Amino acid sequence: MSCFWRLQRLLPCSHIAMQRPLTQSEAMQIYLPIAEVSVNAFLLLGLGGIVGILSGMFGVGGGFLMTPLLFFIGIPPAVAVATEANQIVASSFSGVLAHLKRRTVDLKMGGVLLIGGLIGAALGVLLFNYLKSLGQVDLLVKLCYVVFLGVIGGLMFIESLGAIRKARKNTTTTRRKKHNWIHGLPFKTRFRVSGLYISVIPPILVGLVVGILAAIMGVGGGFIMVPAMIYLLGMPTKVVVGTSLFQIIFVTAFTTLLHATTNYTVDMALAVLLLVGGVIGAQIGTRIGTRLKAEQLRILLSLMVLIVCGKLAFDLLVQPAELFSIGAVGGH
Amino acid sequence: MLRLALALLITLTAPLYAEEVVLGLSKKHVSITANFDGSEILIFGAVKREAPIPEGAPLDVVIAISGPAEPLTVRRKEKRFGIWVNTESVEIDAAPSFYAVATSAPFNQALSDIEDLRHKVSIPRAIRSVGAPYEIQDAAAFSKAVIRIRTNNGSYQLRENAVSLDQQTLFRTSIDLPANLTEGDYATRIFLTRNGKVVSQFETVIDVRKVGLERWLYTLSRQQPLLYGLLSLAIAIAAGWGASAAFRILRQG
Repeated sequence: MSCFWRLQRLLPCSHIAMQRPLTQSEAMQIYLPIAEVSVNAFLLLGLGGIVGILSGMFGVGGGFLMTPLLFFIGIPPAVAVATEANQIVASSFSGVLAHLKRRTVDLKMGGVLLIGGLIGAALGVLLFNYLKSLGQVDLLVKLCYVVFLGVIGGLMFIESLGAIRKARKNTTTTRRKKHNWIHGLPFKTRFRVSGLYISVIPPILVGLVVGILAAIMGVGGGFIMVPAMIYLLGMPTKVVVGTSLFQIIFVTAFTTLLHATTNYTVDMALAVLLLVGGVIGAQIGTRIGTRLKAEQLRILLSLMVLIVCGKLAFDLLVQPAELFSIGAVGGH
Repeated sequence: MLRLALALLITLTAPLYAEEVVLGLSKKHVSITANFDGSEILIFGAVKREAPIPEGAPLDVVIAISGPAEPLTVRRKEKRFGIWVNTESVEIDAAPSFYAVATSAPFNQALSDIEDLRHKVSIPRAIRSVGAPYEIQDAAAFSKAVIRIRTNNGSYQLRENAVSLDQQTLFRTSIDLPANLTEGDYATRIFLTRNGKVVSQFETVIDVRKVGLERWLYTLSRQQPLLYGLLSLAIAIAAGWGASAAFRILRQG
């Protein structure tokens, strides 16, 4: 330092930039142009990879896990939600290709779900903006998460636990092809891949509801759609995963465009890092998923859903360390 | 008459500029590149005098750097029906995204309260809040929260005794700019004080800009949002297909 001082005396006002030595971790920091924060590139690749594996295994976009994780590492919520939609497109596309090869996608059912999904997403965005004008949108989103994750996770857990017990007792597995009100509806169509002959109304309604929730919660909606397809429509689990991924691609692509053109919150650099990890993870996950039994797959998914639900509920119930939060004026 | 007034003005203003700042910056432009991870700016300079160093109180230097100011909404959580929800909110009219003050002595000693009020140097004074809604009594808690949150993440810095001053003439300090820097003009003010009174002040601007790919992406997202969105989707689909194809080759090979 004293040497530096001497130099300064000799050369007053000279422009000498001080170079900090770069450590290993600093060298991999990356500045995100839209989010305007600097994060570690390996961290993002790793997060993308882990969520990608889960996404491939369970046929969920992984948004319900990734979005809270992105908040946690300091990405502004608006950017996290929009960019996550873009990333889900990539991991779902990668996953669906693997499923198409094994013919575990019901394209017809996917198309019907998509009709409902796109209408639902548009309605969801309208509803979201209405809630934003009322304030408290963050709280409602979180409550949505807790309620839906809790109910779905709980139901799936109980159901798959029962299925595993039954299988252990060596009784013949009962097929879920009960006749209920769904079979009394008009516009019946044959869905060959799923082996179903049902009305198109329930799938459209499922797509619609999932679309609305997906837009509000900023996720693909797989974690709601997968159980809905299994329990409401009675589709076989193997087909459910590929079909839900197929539908999610289009709904999230639509959401990405809506965010990019209205809120300017899609961060391409962040998306690229997440999806590089995500697509590789999705490929690995799909292969793990096919080796597991349907009941095991469902029980794992339900546990994961319950853990995320528990964490979110905990955050709402426990006094936060910082009671104040800073937001931009007129938004979130 | 005019000449007299001019002469009077010169004699009045002359003492103010008896000591002047000659400033150097290690960089006048901060470029935010893809691997930007914060930056350090070295601020140094000398005090130029026509006369010998005045007797009495020693010279002090106060340096303040301020990022672009923006309005904010500060919300407070309260427990309602068993869960913590945002209840009251206060709008802050303007708060700088970054603010750093460095002084050569303890702040209160280097700058008196009156001078601080006039020049708005200290962190609380740099935040402008006209008024809180009628029903909120403790509005000050909200601006304090802004300072607390932003001090914790390195956006606001108060660094007393961080300016080294040599023989009341040469001064230098370095300011850490955090990684979450926003674009804009960063106003840099240098005050020379004696007895807490400002005897001279100097202003310059450090400009912080995104460059290269960062610049290109940012501009595209704002000016061609649809194209930007479609490009994002194209990348996503290409990456998804690429990974799938790569794994197929891996399995076959």
